Amino acid sequence: MLLEVKNLKTQFFSDRGVNTAVDSISFSIEKGKTLCIVGESGSGKSMTSLSIMALVEEPGRVTEGEIIFEGNDLLRKSEDEMRKIRGNEIAMIFQEPMTSLNPSYTVGFQIDEVLKLHQKHLNKDERKIRVIELFEEVGIPLARDKYNEYPFKLSGGQRQRVMIAMAMACEPKLLIADEPTTALDVTIQAQVLELMNDLKKKKGTSILFITHDLAVVSQMADEVIVMYRGHVVEQASKEELFANPKHPYTKALLASIPIPGKVKRKSRLETVDENVNYLDFPKEIR
Amino acid sequence: MNEENKVLEFYRQFKKNKTALVGLYIVVILFICAIFAPFITSYDPLIQDLQNRLIPPMWNEAGSMAHILGTDDFGRDLFTRIIYGSRISLMIGVVSVGISLTFGLVMGACAGYFGGMVDTIIMRIVDIMLSIPAILLAIVIVSILGPDLVNAMIAIGIVGIPAFARIVRASVLAEKEKEYVIASRINGSSSFRLITKVILPNCTTPMIVQATMGFGGAVLEAAGLSFLGLGAQPPIPEWGAMLADSLQFITTASWMIMYPGMAIFLTVMGFNLVGDGLMDVLDPKMKDR
Repeated sequence: MLLEVKNLKTQFFSDRGVNTAVDSISFSIEKGKTLCIVGESGSGKSMTSLSIMALVEEPGRVTEGEIIFEGNDLLRKSEDEMRKIRGNEIAMIFQEPMTSLNPSYTVGFQIDEVLKLHQKHLNKDERKIRVIELFEEVGIPLARDKYNEYPFKLSGGQRQRVMIAMAMACEPKLLIADEPTTALDVTIQAQVLELMNDLKKKKGTSILFITHDLAVVSQMADEVIVMYRGHVVEQASKEELFANPKHPYTKALLASIPIPGKVKRKSRLETVDENVNYLDFPKEIR
Repeated sequence: MNEENKVLEFYRQFKKNKTALVGLYIVVILFICAIFAPFITSYDPLIQDLQNRLIPPMWNEAGSMAHILGTDDFGRDLFTRIIYGSRISLMIGVVSVGISLTFGLVMGACAGYFGGMVDTIIMRIVDIMLSIPAILLAIVIVSILGPDLVNAMIAIGIVGIPAFARIVRASVLAEKEKEYVIASRINGSSSFRLITKVILPNCTTPMIVQATMGFGGAVLEAAGLSFLGLGAQPPIPEWGAMLADSLQFITTASWMIMYPGMAIFLTVMGFNLVGDGLMDVLDPKMKDR
């Protein structure tokens, strides 16, 4: 087992009260497998990944639980120790490739920086060769020329590839992908997903894939957990989840996908109750 | 795009703004004057020649070709003193903007990045400084340190800190929320590295503009302090001090007050126009307008 999360609880402390973004969730990821977390906006998906990275910002805090990564509890590590793990052992890709690259530096330089931080045995020339290798691996055409390009000159798909290259630079054991394809159009989306699956197979990287798109889940997942208001409401293998959803929320979620041919014109799709601020809820169902 | 192309592209954009170009020419001429002063004029700015006192400019009937802009009450060539004065003015600009920029940068970056108490303390200090009129604050500082050119530069530098601190803080606040900063943290960057290498390079535009504008302001303030006798002391050929010296001759030798005043005016205007032009070029939203 690569990563085991036990009873993780992340809470935000505000003047109005305590908001529990992630409420006692447990899951685990095996080596070389993909775990998908699905759920609507505000269900705690992203907070879960930030908790694993120990990047929850004030006024939020991880208040309970254990995050066992390769036998060590990440919650007990110091900031310095975490810094060595971030980017090196656990890497992350974001939703918005437009803003997740620094506009002031060339893309090659930015990946070079990551290697400089974590792979101290490489010298300057070796690093450059490695960066170009990475570009080729993630399918960036003309990798050598792209090394000196600034992010604004690349398309969205290419930028996301650069982000993936950056995440894969140190061959991390776990890759956290927080809705990496949401901002991309459908064809590019398919290519990026395929690329991630390829890398998973080649390098044996485990992936924690966060999404709200069930079509993406069917393409990526080995295991799926469904989150709703900070809780894990269902955990199953991909096949089981699609064939036999147990929790009413999961059923509603699946039913809300329009299926061509099946859904009548002008008929209403199944809706899922709108997410509202946790604190506004009556006590019984919090 | 290589470096040379970038400079050319920058100049091409800059050239579109005609007033900014005028400003650039003024600034370039100023720098040439400062660097090549001994080649431009053969006189010494300090040596007195009491036989040739108060000679009017050359186009005046009583003027002579030997002294283009005439001489002052000690027989020193006015043109020479103005040319050498550009050295002093540029030095004032560089030193005091340097002081403001350094402190403003550190304070603003810390306030913006760390937030909370750090932000409150730094920004309240800045507010206090801003609540006192700039020239008054400068006068107070010079009075404490003693009237002298170096002290005047320090005073003007200190007075300029709040503007830089605010600008840097605002752009750090805007930049630090962007995902590339989080991405860099996730790749294992420390706070120091995040501020200096990740965030600040993206905040340079407003700083460059403010530094250019501040340069003109510093020259003006230094001239003001020297005029009040708190900056450069005679016989240093500082423009503001020259104005003060010539006050008593305003009715009899008006050229003595006119040309140093014009030098101050042109310099300040030049830097302000360049600052305006830079703002247009560096702000992508203003491009091609």
